[in-house]
Amino acid sequence: MTAGDTGDRTPGGSADISTRSGPAAALMPALTVTISLLGLCLLWSLAANAWPSRAFPGPEEVWQVLLREAASGDLFYHLGATLGRVAAAYLVAMIAGSVIGILLGSYRGADRFFNPWVILFLNIPALVIIVLAYIWFGLNEVAAIGAVAVNKIPNVVVTMREGARALDPRYAEMAAVYRFGPLDRVRHILLPQLQPYLAAASRSGIALIWKIVLVVELLGRSNGVGFQIYLYFQLFDVAAILAYTLAFVAVMLVVELLLVQPVERHATRWRRRPA
Amino acid sequence: MQPVGAAVPLRVDIAEKTFRSAQGVSVTALKNLSFEVRQGEFACLLGPSGCGKTTTLRILLGLDKQFSGSFQLPEVGSHRIAAVFQEPTLLPWRTVEQNVRLALPKDLRTKNLDGLFASLGLTGMRSLYPAELSLGLARRAALARAFATEPAVLFLDEPFVSLDGRTAEQLRRLLLAVWSARPTTALMVTHNLTEALTLSDRIIVLAPRPAHVLGIFDVSLPRQHRSPDATGDLLRSFHQTFPGVT
Ligand SMILES: Nc1ncnc2c1ncn2[C@@H]1O[C@H](COP(=O)(O)OP(=O)(O)OP(=O)(O)O)[C@@H](O)[C@H]1O
Ligand SMILES: [Mg+2]
Repeated sequence: MTAGDTGDRTPGGSADISTRSGPAAALMPALTVTISLLGLCLLWSLAANAWPSRAFPGPEEVWQVLLREAASGDLFYHLGATLGRVAAAYLVAMIAGSVIGILLGSYRGADRFFNPWVILFLNIPALVIIVLAYIWFGLNEVAAIGAVAVNKIPNVVVTMREGARALDPRYAEMAAVYRFGPLDRVRHILLPQLQPYLAAASRSGIALIWKIVLVVELLGRSNGVGFQIYLYFQLFDVAAILAYTLAFVAVMLVVELLLVQPVERHATRWRRRPA
Repeated sequence: MQPVGAAVPLRVDIAEKTFRSAQGVSVTALKNLSFEVRQGEFACLLGPSGCGKTTTLRILLGLDKQFSGSFQLPEVGSHRIAAVFQEPTLLPWRTVEQNVRLALPKDLRTKNLDGLFASLGLTGMRSLYPAELSLGLARRAALARAFATEPAVLFLDEPFVSLDGRTAEQLRRLLLAVWSARPTTALMVTHNLTEALTLSDRIIVLAPRPAHVLGIFDVSLPRQHRSPDATGDLLRSFHQTFPGVT
């Protein structure tokens, strides 16, 4: 999910298929990724040595800062604050966007009426929404999370609207004949059909959301990775900026590997065993 | 849940059902269609392809409310209806057993289904996903789902089409077996006369579109006596009553 714009960051992307075909096959992509990342570090180190500058620290220096920040506890405090905002904004955006998207996908008239709104919101720059949210609702947590969610909601709406249009009416009719309750309909009829769309919205969602969260923190919060980056920007401390960035990228990778992919594997288990 | 007392049969009285396409073309599928199915009776709706059989079932299932006329469902036992659709319509993301249990009302969700699965030859398939089943097995799972709910009335829409002859024959026998274990008012749609003669108590013969009842053919011979020879006799007598209907 953090791989919104750089496909290389997901070692699990290809491991997805190979985990089932033996440990050796599963190890290969992991090995490739490790070597690839080590190569990048080496290149970075060489470049930093070739052009020594405070504005371009090498990997060892960034590592030292990372250890220092971790030891003082600052790193985890700010990572935690950002992660909390990402999670909250993600939940709000997914729930609100899904509900709106499914409604628009199910009711043609509503869709025709509200489609211009969707397009409008899709095209409002993130920065404008953030600034307006802070002006209208004050420099507080609700405004911050709300602004991030509002930035993401139109994307979720568009994806989930596609999903709702693709719903198979035969399943709904079966559920009607057998008198499924509303909860069962959502759990066993609606969500499984929407799962690929939810997964797509989630993936592009988290990548976008965490980047916007940094901007929100930079503009109006007093903790979080974005706040720290702004602080070290004023101090011109590139090593610390990189340390926080890489730490957060690592956190998002772990979330992807330990949370998103297992959930997706579970949700699509019925597809894995063709007749 | 055995039927109790004098039961109200399934009574259908559809004055008209017309489809209107977006281009303004209208197709009258049903016109003055009325018939009854008696309590505990297995009836077949027999009619040529495209005459409006599925349309009739959809109305009775409550899936299509745009029609004029009325119908009445049996008011005994569970009040529930069950359907076996023209396609199995199992949820691909749930196992066979989950598919069956999900269709059950809350108080029956945990009931023992061993006997039902065994009688349909599905015992080893309970934990499979529908994509892992052949069409014949998927149809059996759809039958299991319908019978598990212990419905007051059961609707079947050509449940054996696009199966090879032997599989269809085997499924007909399975259907009869589970149905005989708990005779349920049933209405099955088919355009296969031999199938109707093997399975049903009475055949409701429909005219081509717009569908209305041409006549009723009662099959009074008990099912266990319907040998191939006897079915041949029934076939001849049917053709005498309804010349021109195949
Ligand atoms: N949604 C619809 N819109 C327009 N016309 C329809 C629609 N559904 C069915 N029809 C028409 O109504 C008529 C009856 O259709 P129906 O599906 O009930 O036939 P059937 O008897 O079940 O045929 P088959 O044996 O092929 O399944 C057909 O002429 C069909 O073209
Ligand atoms: Mg049909």
